[in-house]
Amino acid sequence: MAGTGSKRAGNRLERNDRLVRLALLVVAFSAVSVLLVITVFIVGQGTPIMFKYGLKSFLTGTSWYPSEKLFGLWPMIVGSLFVTAGALVIGIPFGLACAVVLTEFSSKRVRRFIKPVIELLAGIPSVVYGFMGVIILVPFIRETFGGPGLSVLAASIILGIMILPTIISISVDSLQAVPPSYREGSIALGATRWQTVKMVLFPAARSGIIASIILGMGRAIGETMATIMVAGNAAQVPGSLLAPVRTLTSNVALEMSYATGEHREALFATGVVLFVIIMVLNTIANATSARRRKQP
Amino acid sequence: MTNDVAIEVRAFSQYFGEVRKIRGLDLDVHRNEILGIIGPARSGKSTFLCALNRLNDLVRGSRREGTIRIDGRDIYGPDVDVVALRRKLGMVFATPVPLPRSIYENVAFGARMAGVHSRDRLEGIVRDSLEKGGLWDEVKDRLDTSGLKLSGGQQQRLCLARILAVAPEFILLDEPTSGLDPISTMKIEDSLRRLKKDYTVILVTNNTKQAARVADRTAFFLSGELVEAGPTAKIFTAPDDQRTDDYLRGRFG
Amino acid sequence: MKRLGPRLEEKAARTGLWALTLITVAVLVFIIVFILSRGLPVLSLEFLTKNPVDMGKAGGIFSTIVGMVALSVLAILIAAPLGVGTAIYLTEYTWGGPLTRIIRFGAECLAGIPSIIFGLFGFILFVTKLKFGWSILSGGLTLAFMLLPTIIRTSEEAIKSVPPAYRLVSFSLGSTKWQTVTRVVLPSALPGIVTGIVLSLGRSIGETAATIFTAGSALRMPTSLFSSTRTMSVHFYILAREGISMPKAYGTAAILIIAILGINILTYYLMNRFIKKYS
Repeated sequence: MAGTGSKRAGNRLERNDRLVRLALLVVAFSAVSVLLVITVFIVGQGTPIMFKYGLKSFLTGTSWYPSEKLFGLWPMIVGSLFVTAGALVIGIPFGLACAVVLTEFSSKRVRRFIKPVIELLAGIPSVVYGFMGVIILVPFIRETFGGPGLSVLAASIILGIMILPTIISISVDSLQAVPPSYREGSIALGATRWQTVKMVLFPAARSGIIASIILGMGRAIGETMATIMVAGNAAQVPGSLLAPVRTLTSNVALEMSYATGEHREALFATGVVLFVIIMVLNTIANATSARRRKQP
Repeated sequence: MTNDVAIEVRAFSQYFGEVRKIRGLDLDVHRNEILGIIGPARSGKSTFLCALNRLNDLVRGSRREGTIRIDGRDIYGPDVDVVALRRKLGMVFATPVPLPRSIYENVAFGARMAGVHSRDRLEGIVRDSLEKGGLWDEVKDRLDTSGLKLSGGQQQRLCLARILAVAPEFILLDEPTSGLDPISTMKIEDSLRRLKKDYTVILVTNNTKQAARVADRTAFFLSGELVEAGPTAKIFTAPDDQRTDDYLRGRFG
Repeated sequence: MKRLGPRLEEKAARTGLWALTLITVAVLVFIIVFILSRGLPVLSLEFLTKNPVDMGKAGGIFSTIVGMVALSVLAILIAAPLGVGTAIYLTEYTWGGPLTRIIRFGAECLAGIPSIIFGLFGFILFVTKLKFGWSILSGGLTLAFMLLPTIIRTSEEAIKSVPPAYRLVSFSLGSTKWQTVTRVVLPSALPGIVTGIVLSLGRSIGETAATIFTAGSALRMPTSLFSSTRTMSVHFYILAREGISMPKAYGTAAILIIAILGINILTYYLMNRFIKKYS
């Protein structure tokens, strides 16, 4: 075991190490390759039809009647946007409130109870949320506010609940990353806890919180099963909160099983639109997170 | 201690990126001696140790000039087996780092990596190393307990036994007793005195009195340079360089 | 708006924040209690071990349990080695150069893709082009790609939390990089890695949109990798949407929730036990 070793032994070990490194590099590219393959396929299958019927008419057309070759996605785009906006209206206040309470206003014991609860919230399958929406929320809306119940409102509420864990956990991380000296300094200057949160912590954790909101947005836009169950799925631009709505995701999921030919291609194209929106959101979220990590 | 030169360092400089941590080092290490390396913080003492076993290679952007010859061979030569080199120069760090395993497994770790698998051989190696490290009596009945449960001094002796298990020629210690109580320190110093019969020991210490107690020769590092090196008695009573005298008398440090 | 004094503002803020938080907690508790109270009575050994009969109106959910397990196992078998390998490469073998950034970007993007797109992709590639048809194979492969980013992220964190000193010790005792990785880093990181895998298992249980378009919705007991199958969550969705049997739907939902609860508890237990062991 002593001695500086023979040339052969040394080279063998080095060669092994280099092989291992190469193998791991190939493995590490799996994630990237999968992403590439997915992009290639979705885009490849979906874009031809978009150009065949014209990108503009595809995106802004207000009628979706596959049987008559009318492929206007505008109602679904608006639907996704409305429902996501509604989800944020609910998710942001409740989510940030929970995050702040978790990090600033609760004792260790309380935190140990609430945190697992939030994580459990994240684990409940979307179909269960949708189910609860159908059983409880939709009839409630129908009876209290009128309309079919299956509506933008229902979808917004359910989605809002579903994105809570995302917003909460990332905001909690950002708030906890703010150095304790910020808090101590503020309290030492005579500020109350809430004032500290409002004027010191939120600004300091701002980019992380924004990232959490953007990611929550991404989740809301991408949600399928729950929206199918509570949104009503009428392929028209919703006129009010109580009107039924169809999102891009629901569009794909509802008709996929029986669509053929150009109809099917149009659904792939819907997927492309969705894909592009999500990619843009993800890139923005990543950029904001990167800025967060660079913060002192 | 012999006059046989085991390690020959000539014009050695170590860079990390743009920063030069060691410059123009010329130093001999004699076989079977304890060489003490003293000097204030950030003098390059630890960097020098890590250059000997090429641990510096793991740092991104590390560069070096000059040569280090061990047993006549340039350790930075093209066909040097770095893995075997690191076994040849065992290193004990300032903070004891037992691996999260049993005492037995800690000591056997290096031997296993070197390819020793026979249960009998391993048991023999473990016992032998723990004895040489001065820890056997205290742990012989609980070899299967976690190494993390030992006291600081015991952990450090465990780390010593761990490197002895791979049959090194040199033992490098980087401020091994800096966090330990006096009794543990004494036990380790006793071990080193015993070990120098069979090994060559290089001991980096920020405790000059430790060097005076234990080292045969002492080298004084300052700001990445070797100021002077020689027999310990001479360095401590009649050093050649004024800076050595100043440091030893505590005029700076 | 009249400006409230700081004391009043503090009280109002606290009340408001706590109210919102408690509402959130209440909603979750309500969901769980609601489902369990209606679903638990339906549960029985028979429910769990018999196959669905008559479109699910009678019988149990055994074949859906099997389908779900089969899909999850296949997905983990594919995603775990790929994910852990990627994490090892990112933490041990690179220094953060452009290559690392590309790989990380790929993984993060993958994490953000909604399940319906995975379902679409799986449908195009596995079901149609590769002619696997609606099958466990198609579903498992698709699910694997969905779990990959999570496994990469959690494994990376686990590996990063291994003290650097351990690596130094290993190298200084004369070991190759691969030996250090396999004998020191991975064993210490294993609890975190396993937790991450269990966590992604939990995700795969609730996954509906992707599985329904790749594994299909056959009620029969799957017999091979190429059999179509229905997972529990898909079964629940169909039962509820088509109104086939409300009690059975509640029962299925109850099982789903219990499974998720169980996995969360298992995760906590794993993490705690191994933290104690290694610190």
